[in-house]
Amino acid sequence: MSDIACEISDLKKSFGPNQVLRGISMKLPSGQVSVLMGANGAGKSTLVKVLCGVQKSDSGDVKLFGSPFKPKSPIEAYKYGVITVHQSINDGVIPDLDVTSNLLLDSLAQPGKQFLLKRSEMKARATEIAKSIGFKGDLDTVVARLGIADRQMIAIARAVACNPKLLILDEPTSSLSAIEAKRLFEVIEKLKREGVAILYISHRMSDIRAIADRILAMRDGRISGEFEGEDLDYEGAVTAMLGKKMSDFNVDISEVSSPVLQLCDLRLSKDSKPLDITVSRGEVLVITGLLGSGKSLLSSILFGLEKPAYGQILLEGLNFEPNSPANAIASGVHMSPKDRANNAIVGDFDIEANLTLPFTKFFSNFGFIDKKRQRVDCSDMIDTMGIVCQGGKDSIGTLSGGNQQKVIVGRWLLKTCKLLILDEPFQGVDIKARRDIGTHIRATSNNRATLVFVSEIDEAVEIADRIIVLHEKAVVGEHVNKNIDLPELLSQVSGNSNTLKQAESLQ
Amino acid sequence: MNKDILREFAIRFGFILLAGLLVLFFSFFASGFAGPRSAVFIFQSVAITGILALGVTCTLVVDGFDLSIGSVATSALMLSAYMMVVLEQSAFVAVMACLLMGAVVGLVNGLLIVKMRVPDLLATLGMMFLLIGLQRIPTEGRSISTGMRLPGGQVADGTFAEGFLWLGRHRIDLFLEKLIPVPVIIFLFISVLIWVFLEKTRHGRLMYAIGSNERAAALAGTNVFGYKILAYMISGITASIGGILLAARLGRGDIASGNNLLLDSVAAALIGFAVLGAAKPNAFGTAIGALFVGILLQGLTMMNAPYYTQDFVKGAVLVVALIFTFALSSRVRGGNH
Repeated sequence: MSDIACEISDLKKSFGPNQVLRGISMKLPSGQVSVLMGANGAGKSTLVKVLCGVQKSDSGDVKLFGSPFKPKSPIEAYKYGVITVHQSINDGVIPDLDVTSNLLLDSLAQPGKQFLLKRSEMKARATEIAKSIGFKGDLDTVVARLGIADRQMIAIARAVACNPKLLILDEPTSSLSAIEAKRLFEVIEKLKREGVAILYISHRMSDIRAIADRILAMRDGRISGEFEGEDLDYEGAVTAMLGKKMSDFNVDISEVSSPVLQLCDLRLSKDSKPLDITVSRGEVLVITGLLGSGKSLLSSILFGLEKPAYGQILLEGLNFEPNSPANAIASGVHMSPKDRANNAIVGDFDIEANLTLPFTKFFSNFGFIDKKRQRVDCSDMIDTMGIVCQGGKDSIGTLSGGNQQKVIVGRWLLKTCKLLILDEPFQGVDIKARRDIGTHIRATSNNRATLVFVSEIDEAVEIADRIIVLHEKAVVGEHVNKNIDLPELLSQVSGNSNTLKQAESLQ
Repeated sequence: MNKDILREFAIRFGFILLAGLLVLFFSFFASGFAGPRSAVFIFQSVAITGILALGVTCTLVVDGFDLSIGSVATSALMLSAYMMVVLEQSAFVAVMACLLMGAVVGLVNGLLIVKMRVPDLLATLGMMFLLIGLQRIPTEGRSISTGMRLPGGQVADGTFAEGFLWLGRHRIDLFLEKLIPVPVIIFLFISVLIWVFLEKTRHGRLMYAIGSNERAAALAGTNVFGYKILAYMISGITASIGGILLAARLGRGDIASGNNLLLDSVAAALIGFAVLGAAKPNAFGTAIGALFVGILLQGLTMMNAPYYTQDFVKGAVLVVALIFTFALSSRVRGGNH
C-alpha cells in the first residue's frame, strides 16, 4: 500500500520577481492522506495549480507513478487521474444547472459522448454518485438554490465520481457543518482503502485529527516540516508553518480607556446564542472564526447593512441602530469591507478619488471638489501608509494588490472616527504590505476603538490586543494577546467539541 | 517606448485630430463649407440631438441606459402643441408642463430600475413604448396644428405662442446679423452645465463611482438609489427640452418627427467615449461626438452625397469610435478588471 503515487522534486515557480515556490519536494503515497498546512501566501494554491495543470512550473519534476507528469491543462491532469476540488466552491459547480447535471459534468464534457442526453440514464448514474457521498437532497434542484455546504458536497462528489488516483482537496471543510464534514471523512476513508492518494489542504485541527496520516507544513514556498507516525505533532506543525512560535510576535498591549462599542445580549440570528462584547477606546480587538461563524454578519450589522435578530448595540453609551452605511459613517463608524475588488475599489478612479470616496462632502465647497485640499491630504496618506506609486493621480488599477489594500484601508483613516471596523484587511496582501498596514493600524489606534475581523490566526496575533473567537455565531474563546495558548485558540476556531462543551458549561 | 507614446497620443487626441482634418478637408473641397454661417448650421443641426445625448450621458455614467429619451422628446413636442393649440395655454405653461413631464418620466424610470429592480434597458424600453402610444391617444393619432378637428368635433383654434416659437427660431446677432439660433445657445449652455456637474462636483464623482463599482460606492456611504434616480430625471428633463426646441422649430405638433432622435443621440454619447481617450461616458466627449457627426454630414451634403447615405455614415463613425474606445484603450483601463 505504500506505493508513491506522486513524487515532486525541487519544484519552482515565480510570478515576475515574486518567487512563490522555492523548491518544493515531497512524496504523496497511495492510500494515505497527506495534509498540507501553510499560512496565507505560503504558496499552497500555486502548488495545487501546478499539479492540476492550471499553471506551469518554471523548473523541477513531478512524477506520477514513476512517469513524468507535466499537465498542460486541467483536462490533461484529469485524464491522468489527478482530480482537484478547489477552495473557491463556485469553481466546482455550475449554479444554473440542476444537481444531476452538475454531478455528471465531467463525463458530459468528454469528447465523443453521445449527442443527445438521456435523462433516465443520467438520473440513475447521478443517484449512484449522490448515494456514495451521502447527499440527500433532490437531484432535480437547481444548484443556485442550494446552500454553500451542499454545493461543496456536490463539488467533492463530482471529483470522487471521476475515479481519481490523486485527489486534491483544498480546504474542503471550510463551509461544511460538523455532520457534513464527518460524511466527507467517511468518503475519504473509503477512497484511502481503494488506494487513492489524497492531498488535503487545511489547518483545522479537527480535520487533521480525524483523517491525517502525515502533515506537511509549508512556509514561504518551501516545505518547512514533515510529520508522520502515530502521534502527529500538531503544535510542531503549526510552528513550522508560521516559522516561529506564537510568543515571538510582540505586541505591546495598549492602554484601554472608556468603552466605545458595546454589544448587549446581541443575537445574530434567531436561534443563536447572545453575544456580549465590548471594545474600548485605544484597543484593537480581533474577532476570528471560520466562514459562517458570524463574523461577516456582525460586521454587516455594525455598518447598517443587516439588522440583528435581537439585542442592543451601544456606541459611546448611546443606542446605535444604523440603517445604512451612510448612517453608520455619520455616527462615526467606519468600515473597510472584505474583498476589495468587489466591495471597495472603484476601478475607473485614481488613487486620490478612491481615497476620498466616502468623504467627498468634506473635500468640496458647495458641492465643487476642492482639488488642492484633496491633493494635500491624499499625499499625506500615501506617505504615511507607504503606498508605492508615482503620485495620487495614478490609476488604482496600476497598483499591486498590497498597495490597493493600503489605499482601501487608508480611505477610512483620512478622517477620525469613533470605531474603525476592518473586515479581512490582509486579504490577498503580501507580507510586507501586511506588516505596513498592521503597524499603521496599531499606531493610529489610540483615539478610537478598532475592531478587526480575520480568519487567519497568524494575522490575528500580529495586530490584536485581544482576540475573541466566534463559532456558530457564539463566543467560544477570548484571549489577551500575551503568551497565547495557540493550540487551544486553534481548536476553538475549528469548533473542537471539548472547548465547545467548556464554553457551554461556562454559560 | 516610442510606440507607447504614439499609441497614447493616438488614444487621447486621435478623434479630435480626425475632426480637425475633416474640417480642413471639407474647407478645401466643399465650396461654402468654411464660414460662420455654415459653422452655425452645423451647430444647429446637432443642437437637439446633442441635448438629448447629454442626458443619456448622465445615465451612462451611473452604468444605466435610457432608451426612452426619443419618446420623451416627441411626447414633449406633442404635449407643448396640445397645451397651446388645444388648451390655449401660454408659452410658459407649455414649457413648464413639458419639463415636469420629463422629470416625472425620469422619476418613474428611476423607480422602476431602483425599486422594482427592472433592468435599465427593459424599464426604459417599456417606457418608450408606453410614451409612443400615449402621445397618440388625445388626438386619435393625428398631428396637432391650428384649425385641426378634435375627436369631440370642435375645431382647435389656439396658436403657438410667439415666445414659444422664439425658442426654436430666433437668431441672436453676433458680429453677423441673426447669426446664432437660440437652440445652439441652449445646447452650449447645457453642455457646460452637465460638464461642470459631472467633472467638478462631488455629485458627479459619486455618480461615476456608482457606474464603476456600485457596491463599493454604497459601502462608502453613497446614496446609490438617489443618484441613479437623479440621473434618469436629468435624462428625462434634457429630453423634454429637446422636444420643446423641436416643437418650437416646427411650429406644429408633428406626430412623425423625432424618429431618429434616440439613435442619433445615443450614437453621439457613445462616440464621446473615444474623445480624449476617456473610455467612459463624459459630457465634453458627448458634445464633440454630436458635432463630429454634424460636421461629417454637412460636409458630405455639400459635396452632394445623397441624403440616404446619412445613416450609413453615422453608423460607420460610431463603429470606428467604439474601436477607438474598446480596442485601443483597453490597456489603459485593463488594470483591475
